[in-house]
Amino acid sequence: MAAAQANAAVIALHGIGKSFRNGVEALAGVDLVVAKGDFLTLLGPSGCGKSTLLRILAGLIEPSSGRIVHRDDLLRRVGFVFQDPTLMPWATAWSNVYLPLRLAGEARRSAGPRVSAALDSVGLDGFADAYPRQLSGGMRMRVSIARALVTDPELLLLDEPFAALDEFTRFRLNEDLLTLWHERRCTVVFVTHSVFEAVFLSNRLVVMTPRPGRIVADCAIDLPYPRLRDLRTSPEYAAECRRISGLLDQPP
Amino acid sequence: MTPARAERLIRIVAPLLVGMLVIAGWQAIVWLEGIPPYVLPGPLLVGATLWHDGPSLLASLAVTLRITVAALAAAVIVGGAIAVLFAQSRLLEISLFPYAVVLQVTPIVAIAPLIIIWLKDDVFLSLLVCAWIVAFFPVVANTTLGLKSADRNLVDLFRLYDASRWQMLRHLQIPSALPYFLSGVRISGGLALIGAVVAEFVAGTGGTDTGLASRILEAGYRLEFARQFAALLLLAGTGVAIFAILSWASRRLIGHWHESALSREE
Repeated sequence: MAAAQANAAVIALHGIGKSFRNGVEALAGVDLVVAKGDFLTLLGPSGCGKSTLLRILAGLIEPSSGRIVHRDDLLRRVGFVFQDPTLMPWATAWSNVYLPLRLAGEARRSAGPRVSAALDSVGLDGFADAYPRQLSGGMRMRVSIARALVTDPELLLLDEPFAALDEFTRFRLNEDLLTLWHERRCTVVFVTHSVFEAVFLSNRLVVMTPRPGRIVADCAIDLPYPRLRDLRTSPEYAAECRRISGLLDQPP
Repeated sequence: MTPARAERLIRIVAPLLVGMLVIAGWQAIVWLEGIPPYVLPGPLLVGATLWHDGPSLLASLAVTLRITVAALAAAVIVGGAIAVLFAQSRLLEISLFPYAVVLQVTPIVAIAPLIIIWLKDDVFLSLLVCAWIVAFFPVVANTTLGLKSADRNLVDLFRLYDASRWQMLRHLQIPSALPYFLSGVRISGGLALIGAVVAEFVAGTGGTDTGLASRILEAGYRLEFARQFAALLLLAGTGVAIFAILSWASRRLIGHWHESALSREE
């Protein structure tokens, strides 16, 4: 089993630690193997280093200690979604989604079909020419997701993307994200502080605690896919949420 | 009438009303107190002088305006380029920024005579340099700030996609800096006019092309205060026009996305 998992690993972290210049130890001794096709959620309270860990996975920050092994060429195929939509306010939805391809030197014309397809896949066909300020919070986040998908990433990293949205919008986006994951068969690492969101989305859940950020539990969520709206009110879902909440309450 | 139209009307009517009241009060005081025109000319006399001397004053204004526009263009181009350099290298910024401040706080009347002597072969150029020194700082300071104010997460995103320095500048930093830059240009527009006039004052009436400042000086020497006021009026109108044109250009450039240019209801 261990060997099989190692083969399918997209990215592996060994003994990762991160201290910031102000002396805060954000992460200590983190071992994590992300397997191909995982929907892995990093769950924990604020300040447990989950966002730092995500940025290390993206290659945006260097760990202070430890080793990262990723599959060849993976870093060229990573999509990242921030907590805020992080769109360029001066550019239309279309141009925002085109950005990753533009930076890769692709011409507008040849990139066109993929940009449009990415907008379609998040349900924003017809909003290509809208500026971010003309879109609702949920739609902006959809543009942000389309931008991450346009390069057809192998690994999709999401940093509390829905935390600032209202509940209706969040639920819709949760469901749509699962559909996208299913269709594209990419690997997802998702950061959240919501137990309910984590249980609803992931097939694998990594629980972290703060000071310093460490992994305290790594478990499977065995609820069957496709997970639809009804799941949220089912007893199995409630039981799973209770179990995970228990893990969070454990003394370190 | 919709509230938006009502507000637009008030925007025009209210300042006009204030202006008319002030002018009426001024004329009333001149009449009631019997103030002679060599102490304080009334607005009617100023208006008549403006009408009478208009063509020759406008010719002088054209001279001043040429210096102003050239100085503003130089401030925009050189100021923008300096800001881009500053944003590229922290060391360069630390080393040079204090000197930009030195130029900014140096009273132009103090160094204008020097500049005029150094560049005495070219009056236009010496006046241009003086006006530029007055005008360039807001563009440099604002644009430098704007280039460094790009959204941190967007910077990370650009890094994630391996953006080159040039791509970062072209697609992220310059658009982010545009509202700051335009606000700097609007300030510089007025300063370029002030700089041009002050430089002309220092240069005196010696030049062959005579700008508006020389006309003001000349009228002052002759106690022709009505003409002086008329020239000042032209100058003020020019300042307002420059500001209005730059504001309009600014709205055209960033109106579709930047907060500063959006109306409330949108």
